[in-house]
Amino acid sequence: MTVRNKVYRVIIHIFLIIGSFIMIMPFVWMVLTSFKSVTEATQMNPFVFFPTKWRIENYLDVIKQNNFLRLYYNTFSMIFWRVVCAVAFSSMAGYAFARLNFPGRDFCFGIVLFQMMIPTQVFIIPQYLMVDKLGARNTIFALVFPGLVSAFGTFLLRQFFKSIPVELEQAARIDGCNIGQTFVLIMLPLVRSGMVALSIFTALFAFKDLMWPLIVNSSPDYATLASALAKIQSAYSVKYNILMAASVLAIWPMILIYFIFQRQFMQSVTTSGLTM
Amino acid sequence: MIDGKSKSKINEWLWGWFLVAPAVIGLIILNIIPAIQTFYLSFFKSGDFGRGNIFIGLENYKKLINDSQVWYAVRNTLLYTLFVVPVSVFLAAVIAVLLNKNIKGRGIYRSIYYMPVIATPAAVTMVWRWLYNYHYGLINYVLKQLGLNPVNWIDDPKVALISIAIISIWSTTGYNMVLILAGLQDIPTVYYEASNIDGANAITQFFKITIPLVSPTLFFVITTSVIQCMQVFDVVYMMIDVTRPSYDSTVSLVYLFYNNSFKYLNKGYGSAIVMVLLLIISVITVIQVKLQKRWVNYMG
Repeated sequence: MTVRNKVYRVIIHIFLIIGSFIMIMPFVWMVLTSFKSVTEATQMNPFVFFPTKWRIENYLDVIKQNNFLRLYYNTFSMIFWRVVCAVAFSSMAGYAFARLNFPGRDFCFGIVLFQMMIPTQVFIIPQYLMVDKLGARNTIFALVFPGLVSAFGTFLLRQFFKSIPVELEQAARIDGCNIGQTFVLIMLPLVRSGMVALSIFTALFAFKDLMWPLIVNSSPDYATLASALAKIQSAYSVKYNILMAASVLAIWPMILIYFIFQRQFMQSVTTSGLTM
Repeated sequence: MIDGKSKSKINEWLWGWFLVAPAVIGLIILNIIPAIQTFYLSFFKSGDFGRGNIFIGLENYKKLINDSQVWYAVRNTLLYTLFVVPVSVFLAAVIAVLLNKNIKGRGIYRSIYYMPVIATPAAVTMVWRWLYNYHYGLINYVLKQLGLNPVNWIDDPKVALISIAIISIWSTTGYNMVLILAGLQDIPTVYYEASNIDGANAITQFFKITIPLVSPTLFFVITTSVIQCMQVFDVVYMMIDVTRPSYDSTVSLVYLFYNNSFKYLNKGYGSAIVMVLLLIISVITVIQVKLQKRWVNYMG
């Protein structure tokens, strides 16, 4: 390697390290503050970087005031059902759109494209009124409701099914599989990576969503982690150490899942992005 | 008489309808009908408790044109988009190009840059609010150490929108980076080898090979980023409440939609606001698709 190349590499690393620092700093600061006392958090002279005593009490405080177990339960129930519904219905429809001929197919696919092009806010008021009319506000079902079907998922899995060679399917049919068997036994296992990508997308989207849980479930018993944070913020407006503890409690599950399934997370972005 | 061939054809039809039914019926109930209803609702004044809506024709739209907050929201949303998209895509592209080189620890860098994408915006905004705190925030502390004046990141109407944009850039750059990186890795190395033989330097290669071949990815990234920016809500909602002095200079269209529909319970007016959002997004998307012909290269 030439000297010029080496210098070049060092500069790149310095740039990337500064960037990494900026990306991580808010997380570090959140964790550090979450263990401080209010005095430490707001002390300027000298400025306190590390808490002198790591106060677990902040966490106990915010857990006592807010039923976090319940929030985890609500959030992950919502995610679970949304993922199950999205993957099941999207793979069924995706397969039919990709491989079967039936009257009305193009019209039905038009509906999928329509949904994908319209911003979700357009649907929210009527969706809310429907849940309200069903008397289903403040339930897990209400949280799942807008995610019962996924146009994006249908489109994504259709692309995956399209990329599988037709010969495979024909062979299965000649061997005596009917359409349903071919779909379940032959085709579904082949689009597993698409289903994983869709699951990650659906889960992440649901986990991050704020507006829907905020409007549809006003009771704290049916809040999600995101919507509960909004309430916690107004309750503890100036106690930043408590607020940071709440934030840590709200984001750690997804961060943990991310570090376990990193590769799948990255792949889900690229596969879904590039097949569109 | 139905022969074997048409029997299997009908069989295929039945399977098709059966498999498509849950998704399509769901989409009709959850999306198609609601879209029509929202449009319809925008001509009504909402009665108390959502009952007894009164038809008022175009009144909501007239009100909207005379409502200064709507104009603020349109301006803020567009300014925010104009700021976030170029900066985020540019940074993402630079980082992606650097990480596309055979550099040590690029997996670690990639994971770190992607981390903010995973975090809930509600939590992230609380942290940034703390970092932005005028008296005790880390950022103003650093500015002070550098001999600079503290900035009122949240309450100064001139700064608040930029503060919000910074949070968004921080949290979306990783996502865009992963997409662009994937686009870069799809470029066959033979192109570079061939141009090396022809004596092209790195800069020529960048503009003549890299940019054209990654342009479909860039187009995708820009289009989706713009649509997402136009729908900004969480960050503004968590950072600025209605009583803050910087509310007018940060309120976004979706935040205004939320406030009118669910806080002031005027769903008719809220519907009209969301129709404006739909109109703006449609216009921008059409323009982008038209412009794409000029700069996006699709192979094959």
